[in-house]
Parts: sequence; C-alpha cells; structure tokens
Amino acid sequence: MAKPASTFGKNVELVGNWIDERTSFSSFWNKHLAQYYAPKNFNLWYFFGSLSLLVLVNQIVTGIFLTMHYKPDAELAFASIEFIMRDVEWGWLIRYMHSTGASLFFVVVYLHMLRALMYGSYQKPREIVWILGVTIYLVLMAESFMGYVLPWGQMSYWGAQVIISLFGAVPWIGDGLVEWIRGDYLIADATLNRFFALHVVALPLVLLMLVVLHLAALHEVGSNNPDGVEIKQNKDAAGRPRDGIPFHPYYTVKDIFGACFFLLIAAFIIFFWPEFGGYFLKPDNFVEANPLVTPDHIPPVWYFTPFYAILQAVPDKLMGVVLMGASVLILYLVPWLDRSPVKSIRYRSWMSKLALALFCVAFVRLGMLGLSQDSSTFELRLWTFIYFAFFILMPIWTSFEKTKSVPERVTY
Amino acid sequence: MSYRNLLAGVVLALAVAGPADAAKYADLDHAGSNIFDRASLQRGAAAFANYCMGCHSVKFMRYNRLVRDLGLTENEVEEFLIFGEQEITDYMLSAMSYEDGTDWLGKAPPDLSLTARARSADWIYTFLRSYYLTDEGWNNTVLENPSMPHVMWELQGIQRALKESYTDEFGETRTRLVGFELDRPGKMSVDEYDRLVRDITAFMEYIAEPARLQRERIGVWVMLFLALLTFLSYLLYQEYWRDIKK
Repeated sequence: MAKPASTFGKNVELVGNWIDERTSFSSFWNKHLAQYYAPKNFNLWYFFGSLSLLVLVNQIVTGIFLTMHYKPDAELAFASIEFIMRDVEWGWLIRYMHSTGASLFFVVVYLHMLRALMYGSYQKPREIVWILGVTIYLVLMAESFMGYVLPWGQMSYWGAQVIISLFGAVPWIGDGLVEWIRGDYLIADATLNRFFALHVVALPLVLLMLVVLHLAALHEVGSNNPDGVEIKQNKDAAGRPRDGIPFHPYYTVKDIFGACFFLLIAAFIIFFWPEFGGYFLKPDNFVEANPLVTPDHIPPVWYFTPFYAILQAVPDKLMGVVLMGASVLILYLVPWLDRSPVKSIRYRSWMSKLALALFCVAFVRLGMLGLSQDSSTFELRLWTFIYFAFFILMPIWTSFEKTKSVPERVTY
Repeated sequence: MSYRNLLAGVVLALAVAGPADAAKYADLDHAGSNIFDRASLQRGAAAFANYCMGCHSVKFMRYNRLVRDLGLTENEVEEFLIFGEQEITDYMLSAMSYEDGTDWLGKAPPDLSLTARARSADWIYTFLRSYYLTDEGWNNTVLENPSMPHVMWELQGIQRALKESYTDEFGETRTRLVGFELDRPGKMSVDEYDRLVRDITAFMEYIAEPARLQRERIGVWVMLFLALLTFLSYLLYQEYWRDIKK
C-alpha cells in the first residue's frame, strides 16, 4: 500500500490496523477481491454473475420497503398494492423496481447458466459451484412463484391454484399434500399468509446463504474462462497466475460499467414499459382475485413457461409432473453427463455446438408454447424431446467428438 | 466467436417461429388517447363524472389528486366533478353502493379504477363506440349482452347492426355483423363522439395509473443520468484496463 501523505490518511490507516488486529477483514478483502486472480479473458457473458448479485440486492432492498406497506391479508392485499402504487411516496417506483427486477433476475440467471454450459464451467473442479448454482435457481423459482401470489390478483390466485394442484398428482398422499400446502380447502387467506412468510423471510435467507456458498466455492477453485484453461496451472515466481488479474480493481471497474449499462435497460423498462407487453405484469392481475371466476387462460409468468410446456406435452398428469420436475433436476447431472476432456465450446466439434444451439432453441420455443393456449401437441413433444435429448445424449457425443487442442495460455 | 453464432441461431429460430400467442384483441380500434394531454384529461374527467360515476366507483382514487394532476382548482373539482355529499379528500365513490347495484341491476357495476390496465385503452375506446340497438335492447360487439345500457346514446345516436349473410365451411347460410349504421343521429357528430370517448379513455388510463404522469417525466432524466454514468464508467474501465490491454 502507498504511504499515506496526510494526517487524515494516517488516521484511516490507524483505524484500519485497529480493526485488522481484531478481525480478519483485510485477509477477507484480499482473498475475495484484491488478491483474487480472475482470468483476464472474460467476455460479455461474464457480466451476468455480478448482475445477478445486483438484482438480488435490488429485490431485497425494494422488498423491504414494499413490506412496510403491503398487507398479507386476502381482504386487503390487492388494495394495499394499489395504495403503494398511488398513495405511498415513490411507491410505484419501488414496486416496479421489484416487479421488473423479478423478471430481469431470470433473464440474467438464464444467461449466466448458458454461459456455464458454453464454457464447461461445471466441469472438474467446479462441480460444487454448479450444484450450488442449480440449487439457487430452484430456490429462486419457489421464491418468485410465492412472490407472484402476493398481489392477490386473478393471475396470482389462479396461477397458485394450477401450480399447487400439481402436487395433487403425487400418488396416495396427493390430496392431503395439496391441502397441507394451501392450509385450507382452497387457496385462501392462510395460503397468502404462509407464502408471505416464505417469500419475505425463509427463502431470502436460504437464497443469501446459497449465494455466499456459491461464491465461496468459486473462489476456492477459481473462475473458469472462455478458453476453459486453468490459469492456476501457469504461475509466476510470486505464485500468481500469469493469465490472472486481481478482481479488484480490474473486474470491479468492468462490472461497474456492466451494471450501469444494465441499469440503463432496467430503467427504460421501469419508467416506460413496466408491464412489458403483459409479460412482466399481466393485465388479468389488475383484477382482484375471485375464487368464483376462473380466467379463460391461465399461463404462468414467462420464466416458467418452458417447464409448463413440458408439463403440457404429457397427457398423464403424474407423468407430466415427473417430467417437468426432471427437466429442472437433470441440470444437477450435467457435470457427469459431459464426458469431454475439453471445457470450452471453442475447442469442441460441431456436434457440441449444434447440440447446445438446438437446446437453446428448444428452451425458447418451449417457453413460447407454454404461453399459448392452443399449442400443437406435436410441437410440444418435439421440443420436449430435444430438450431431454440434449442431456441424455450428452455422454455419447462428448465421448466421441473430436476436440481441438486447447492452448497453454488464455487467448486474449 | 461461438456465442455470436449461438445468439444468431436463437434469434433466427424465434423469427421463423413467430409469436406463439396471437393478439387477443386484434379487432379493437386504436384509441389514440394521450394522458399527457391535460385538456383531454379534463374533458374526460367531466364526462366520466357525468356519465359513469352515477353507477361506477373509482375506489382507489381520491378527488384531491385530480387537483394536482389535472391542473384544476379545488373549487372546480367540487363544482364539476363531485356530486352529492362527498368531500374533496374522499375516495371517488359512486352514490350507488355495491349492495344497491346488486339489488337493482342483478350485477353491481364494476369499479373502474383499473379497467384500463385490465382491459386496455383500445378496449374501452372500442367498447364505448360499439353499442347497437336490437329488438331485445342494447348489445355491444366488444362485450356481448352487456348489463350496462348505452348511457351515452343521446350523444352518439342509435346504431344498428349491419349484417351480411355468408356460407360457412359446412355449407350453411349464416349472418355475421360487418359494421354499424347510424339509425338516428345523436347530439354529436361521429367525430365529436369519438373525441369524447377518446377523452374518457384517456381519463380512465390516468385513473388506472396516476403515477404514469410522473413516471415518464422522471424517466427521461433517469435515462439521461444513467447514460452519462455508463459513459463515465466506460472511460474508467478503459483507463484501468490500459495496462492489461497493452
């Protein structure tokens, strides 16, 4: 550290030393930021991890402020949201930041996951990083589903009805299970109350803990990069990876730039297009929940629609639910399904590239089909088949394909 | 670069596949309402108070917000928009209570606070222009067999349905509605009536989200600020990375 020139600088250092003698703050700082060496060849795709963290903080902060005015009561919930939108100072902004943030959370998380699939970031030694990541994604799904119920509009109510009734497909205990989840014979005040508790306390705690573990696991093994080269295998005399640069200040300033650009896009949606054409806030959810009136079409929010489409592809309810569950849980197996000696898609053959491209198309197309009321069963099954084929056939093509030779150092 | 190919592939696939959900209200007319047109909002408010609030409430709005947002004085709001015993600080409730509405009409008139967001501006605009008289009474092409009669018929006049017969796919002769004809002209010309409905639509959009007036005004400044911040952070990033990129 440079010598502080002023008295003020000296005092700051004194305080810093005082704290450091009693804690391990500076070693924490160094381990995770100032002396955490990240590969210097990160590209565009490497913004989405820090952006996920940014959105998470946004959700927690805006969520706390929403909780100050929201009433988790079936009689009052809908009106309390409108109270926030109209009578709470800046309430509309806080609410739109939260609702837009929820959708953007999934946008950045999906891109973050795609990045991992492209560059093999789940491969040895990062299996646990991946497993924790998939778990974060699972908890995030539960968190967002329960959050969506809280405004107590028609879509909140009937969406909850559809999702919770899926648990009824479980053999033997299905009906009892559904009743236990709802806390009543139908979706009612009791359901809203428990979803509120889970949404604002329980799941955020779990989510935060998992994020800490995800980062701790990552910083233990180090970050992957677009070349899939292990930078720790090539160190200089001081023991620093030759292709690594300290996360702080290099990636902190780069991520600040990424965050600003992301906020620019987010602000455009928040201020000019908060419903996002009905994808972020559905028109039907501006009608208060009414157990006696079933909407003619109850599609889930866009980020769940791929899985909803997989559910629809199967005529049998139980098998549909099993397949839908499997479509998410199969992600856990990816580190072992991939047999390739090479991490990054850059050094794989056309087979991996085609497979991943098909998978992306299948995921997006399933998402579109899941939104629609009358999707063709053939198309639903075709893309569901491709979705699963990507995982199930992965061991085969990754064993047989001819890979290119990976360079010693990262390309930059 | 592989991710570019991947992105291109996904975009291409989406373009080929097209939107899966066809527009729900494809046959609605474009409202062309503008909530930033204060005169239009004021005219809409007056018409809304006269023709709608006899039966419909706006339970999430208070009268005094209209003072601020529509550029009216408290006296103007009290004189032209509030009927009966209500105070300016009250919520905009109709004189007809929910129970009375249910008793008198079978189905209580719905609250209109959020109709523009639940249905869309184009829906309201088309709905209020699509009443037609049949032998059984009023009907509407947007909302079939509505509980609500055409309260503004004196202004619009009386429309009748224009039908044509056609042969369906099974070879049967059927009739379908292809438009309206003005059977008896009202106090207003067609253009005047359309403008009135456009004003009411603008007002209903406003009451559905009063904060939108503020939101879009502030949004411009937020975007400019963030654009500047993005530019500065880019310069900062370039400056720091100079020693890496050499």
